[in-house]
Amino acid sequence: MMNLLKNRMMNLLKNLIGWIDARFPLISTWKEHASEYYAPKNFNFWYFFGSLALLVLVIQIASGIFLTMNYKPDALFAFASVEYIMRDVQWGWLLRYIHSTGASMFFVVIYLHMFRGLMYGSYRKPRELLWIIGMIIYLALMGEAFMGYLLPWGQMSFWGAQVIVNLFSSVPFIGHDLAILIRGDFVVSDTTLNRFFALHVIAIPLILVLIVVAHLVALHEVGSNNPDGIEIKKHKDANGRPLDGIPFHPYYTVKDGVGAVGFLIIFCAIVFFAPDMGGYFLEYNNFVPANPMKTPEHIAPVWYFTPYYAILRAVPPLFGSQFPGVVAMGVATVIFFFLPWLDRGKVKSIRYRGPIYKIFLALFVVSFVGLGWLGLMPATPTYTLISRILAVVYFAFFLLMPWYTRIDKCKPEPDRVTSK
Amino acid sequence: MRIIHKLGMLALLLTASAMALASEGGVHLDKAPIDLKNTASLQRGAKLFTSRCLACHGASYMRYNRLRDIGMSEDQIKKDLELPEDVKLGSTMQAAMDANSAKLAFGEAPPDLSVIARSRSPDWLYTYMRTFYADPTRASGWNNLVFPSVGMPFVLADLQGKQVLQIENKKGHEVKKLVLESPGTMCTAGSSLCKAAYDAAIADLTNYLVFMSDPSKMVRYDLGYIVLGFLFVLFVLIYALKKELWKDIH
Repeated sequence: MMNLLKNRMMNLLKNLIGWIDARFPLISTWKEHASEYYAPKNFNFWYFFGSLALLVLVIQIASGIFLTMNYKPDALFAFASVEYIMRDVQWGWLLRYIHSTGASMFFVVIYLHMFRGLMYGSYRKPRELLWIIGMIIYLALMGEAFMGYLLPWGQMSFWGAQVIVNLFSSVPFIGHDLAILIRGDFVVSDTTLNRFFALHVIAIPLILVLIVVAHLVALHEVGSNNPDGIEIKKHKDANGRPLDGIPFHPYYTVKDGVGAVGFLIIFCAIVFFAPDMGGYFLEYNNFVPANPMKTPEHIAPVWYFTPYYAILRAVPPLFGSQFPGVVAMGVATVIFFFLPWLDRGKVKSIRYRGPIYKIFLALFVVSFVGLGWLGLMPATPTYTLISRILAVVYFAFFLLMPWYTRIDKCKPEPDRVTSK
Repeated sequence: MRIIHKLGMLALLLTASAMALASEGGVHLDKAPIDLKNTASLQRGAKLFTSRCLACHGASYMRYNRLRDIGMSEDQIKKDLELPEDVKLGSTMQAAMDANSAKLAFGEAPPDLSVIARSRSPDWLYTYMRTFYADPTRASGWNNLVFPSVGMPFVLADLQGKQVLQIENKKGHEVKKLVLESPGTMCTAGSSLCKAAYDAAIADLTNYLVFMSDPSKMVRYDLGYIVLGFLFVLFVLIYALKKELWKDIH
């Protein structure tokens, strides 16, 4: 009796899948992107961050939807509505802390994901477009974070937005109008809050999801790089499967699951025990409602923007205009797009690079972290001097790359992937 | 590879020391003895808060019935806090004084205190409320060590008494010191005990302000241990699954 029932159920399921598959590429999509997508078998720790970024995106969208149900994008009520969420909405505090922690953790994960790309040359041919799409995601994410930060309508929300929008007004000729276009007003106001809300909850997330899909499609077209920086597609078996590749599902779905749970342990430790992260994830001054009449003594952006903020401040003004600094800041972000063509190394992975590249990459890390720290500090003469030196190091990593990657003494790449 | 790992560690260390540095600065702040498990202290703090602070400050995101979180029954909230008949328990804590007259009286509207323990640190609040001193040059007659030229008059002077500023010259350094000139009502015994009694009351008040700034703290930590416990178990299970699955991959 039980067996009969089981057979009937199995048949029903089979028929249903058959019915769908005749109308939608269900099985073939699953095969192409999961069960028969062959990923190199030698992924290490650094390869967790791609799937983790996807996880954080889902966390942000899910928690954001519920926050939107109770948040009021109105200069009079925004600050109070956040406190309403924190106190009067059932589990509102949890949603809010998940969302605020998610914002910072998104950047932690993305920076580590990008650093992985630098280490193993993941941007090199044939993955140039994959890298460029990834960079577009990064820029969209910065916009998303910037707009979202205005919404709590605290002092740092307001004055941070004021400072950043004013940067655009330093653009020659069109700057003034450009800033008005962004704000929708002559100052950051209720109008600005409303449009930032619209962009934060609809426009940019929509774009983000679309380009994340494009990022994955591009990845699955060219196949993943790996810590050895060699192509697994060079060696295939009789069925055309890469010898060093394993099906993404179940191997990497389960392995990424381990990474996801490990990540969630850290994530939840922050959410439940230190959601402020000592003022770095939630700035103390942002618990003072926005006051356009009172400029805070010290305006610092949230930590993930501070490397660029430090570069902005490091560049001396020209004819009283901040524009050169703004250009430097813009170039500092956009320069990543050109990496595939700046790198002339014979090998991709740091494992087989010579000492010069390693030193430059190390200096780059020091400059990025150092600038990030300096961006949080007030601009004293000593700090400005250090910022200038580190900014030069930052740009040297990119601009000298065609030279130092060419002369560097590389070790021979292995023929097949290695596991360490 | 090794150099990268070392640099990663260096970066972590740098960040940690930067965080330590960033939290310093300004006048020395005394450590506030915060203990959110101490409901007696929280309740004493709540009483002091509603009887003194709410005269001029509001706590407009805090509802009276939220005091159930610190172990007060609805009856207690009404009676202990001596709430007027027309105040509903579900309403938020509003200042007795209206904002406009407060602005006229003090030059600036007194800030809402709902989240004051988040914008100001608990240590700052604890020190601030203990470092008022008589200053005849100020309109209010009072000044403060951690908030110089503050607009707020010292409304707890009857409790603490009157402190005066003494500047001592120690090896060329000016050291500011507060001396209790005339003791307040909290002084029943020797002067050393006065200080302890007032400090304890302010510790209760600060404790309450910390609770009020984020009531989720009352459940958040306990819940956090449960969530982390669950995740650790899940981690062990999924790690075992991964090990089993990957056995044959080399």
